[in-house]
Amino acid sequence: MIQAAVVFAYLGVALYIGIFAFRKSRGAPDAEDYFLAGRSLGPAVFLLSLFGANMTAFSILGASGHAFANGIVTFGLMASSSALIIPVSLFVIGTRLWALGRRNGFITPVQMFRDRWECGHIGTAIFAVQAVLLVPYIIIAVMGGGTTLAAVSGGRIPYWLGGAIVSLVVMGYVFFGGMRGTAWVNAFQTTLFLMFGAIAVAVIGSGMGGFRGAMESLLASPSTAPLLTRERISPLYFFSYTFIPLSSIAFPHIGIFCLTAKRLGHFRKTVVLYPICMLLIWLPSVFLGVAANAAKDVPAIAAKLEARSTLATAGPAMAADQRDRLRAQASGDDVILRLVDGYAPLWLASLLGACVMAAVMASDSQILALSTMFTEDVFAFYGGKSRFGEAVQVFTGRVFIVLITLVAYLIALEMPQSIFDIATQYAFAGYSALSPLLVAALFWRRSTKWGALAATLWTALAVMAVAWIQQTIPSPPPGVVVPVWSAFGSVVISRAAQGAMVLGFLPVVPMTIISAFLMVIVSRLTPSAIPANTTLARYFYQA
Amino acid sequence: MRPLTAAILIALLYVLHQDVWFWRAARPLVFGFLPVGLFYHAAFTSACAVLMWVLVKRSWPSHLEADAPVIPVRRRSLDEMSEGGKVGPTSRER
Repeated sequence: MIQAAVVFAYLGVALYIGIFAFRKSRGAPDAEDYFLAGRSLGPAVFLLSLFGANMTAFSILGASGHAFANGIVTFGLMASSSALIIPVSLFVIGTRLWALGRRNGFITPVQMFRDRWECGHIGTAIFAVQAVLLVPYIIIAVMGGGTTLAAVSGGRIPYWLGGAIVSLVVMGYVFFGGMRGTAWVNAFQTTLFLMFGAIAVAVIGSGMGGFRGAMESLLASPSTAPLLTRERISPLYFFSYTFIPLSSIAFPHIGIFCLTAKRLGHFRKTVVLYPICMLLIWLPSVFLGVAANAAKDVPAIAAKLEARSTLATAGPAMAADQRDRLRAQASGDDVILRLVDGYAPLWLASLLGACVMAAVMASDSQILALSTMFTEDVFAFYGGKSRFGEAVQVFTGRVFIVLITLVAYLIALEMPQSIFDIATQYAFAGYSALSPLLVAALFWRRSTKWGALAATLWTALAVMAVAWIQQTIPSPPPGVVVPVWSAFGSVVISRAAQGAMVLGFLPVVPMTIISAFLMVIVSRLTPSAIPANTTLARYFYQA
Repeated sequence: MRPLTAAILIALLYVLHQDVWFWRAARPLVFGFLPVGLFYHAAFTSACAVLMWVLVKRSWPSHLEADAPVIPVRRRSLDEMSEGGKVGPTSRER
């Protein structure tokens, strides 16, 4: 019950920070103030909030769960690749977005695309694809909130009520605080994440009697020794993951966050410290996930290991639904919670509950981004702002926040989480495939709106195709590959336990490469659509 | 620093991320408990911070700030695009 009280206290603090703290004025905010915090965030809040906006529930819970099942490879797949690609994309693309936003008053990436390529409805198509790819994250967050509150209250708070409470808190501070409130709450949450990692390693390590013995025991067993290497995955699979962080800068909420910095100089600390923040959060998460394999004296973890062992020995002969049940039983998504239950004192368990809640509430910036995009890219663009004024525009944004939260909540009550887990998995690939749009807009004079449309439509079709393969072909046992489409005697598209594959790569690789290819080819074929020199002069100039 | 040098440094780090040399090795356990593959990627992550520090020091695009006045400008709606033709600069309020 103490854990639940700490989580509720955390929700209260988040609500207070988001709504009341750091409010600049009591008057009605204008669109830039509400959606971009008046482009006035300082360096510390900019770093912490941008980093927090990039961190989802996966960074604490999912990373440990993945490491529990797959070993140390999790860090290389998801953390160290992001530690290179995300700061570089902020350095190269984020700084230019910031400058263009300052100079031209852009509030969303689509506004920039419309201006850059002199297009209207094609921008709407880009908006639609971006919005559809973003919605599953919001639904997942509602589900995570419901599950977490139910877990920390020992079932006293039902799932539907937990989801409603978390939705109301997030909606409250996004509705009243806009970008300023969201940024400060994100900064607070990131500070919690950063604190948790080191404390958890120290306390759990001491509880386990030191990690040296745990690692030696894992190495001594043939079934767990591979978890300390990467021998179970292919280098092509590992390489594929380096394409995933390209999605970060293409996510609308990250693009919008880039516009909130007061000065360009605020990006300096952000790009230098971003890899350090990754290290501080991901290294403990991954290491503890791996070490949990040695925690056989914790009953819940022992049951997971038993389910995994059964799956490995009898899995191929089992029916698919029985295999799925065992997979769910062996899943390590709650392994950190179980470790804390087994080894840590109550105060750490309570702090962890608050951290988990912070992680599942990471949908705030996505809700605000969707609202910003709707009001700027649709409402204002199609004449709503000029007809009704800026106050109505901000009001529309707030109404949209309420509606999207309500819709996400209702969907979360009705639909199984697995569908949205898959949707978010492929949303990353989708946003990576949209990243050539940003590169072409900012660095290639000859790119055209038709190239942008081709890349956008390709992304939408590819995401649907991959999701269809994933849904219609059941997941085979680990190590088995089901051919889906072959050509010239080789398997081109296949279905493996980890998802759909293309020539041994994750779909994100061909999706991104073909998207870039289409951007180039279609732009070359439509030279008459190259924007006028007056437009290009705003994007390509010598200092 | 020239853009090409910066690009080469980034590409070099990207290649170093594919550390096939530690693919099957768990030992030595650095500090007695950290598998060498995990230690390598933790060190790689720190190297990313160093690279970004070098880029910030030597290749910072300060011209972007110099050229970015704090001038509120108006974003065009569909009607304005139609009235002014599809080509033309964003209209400024002041």
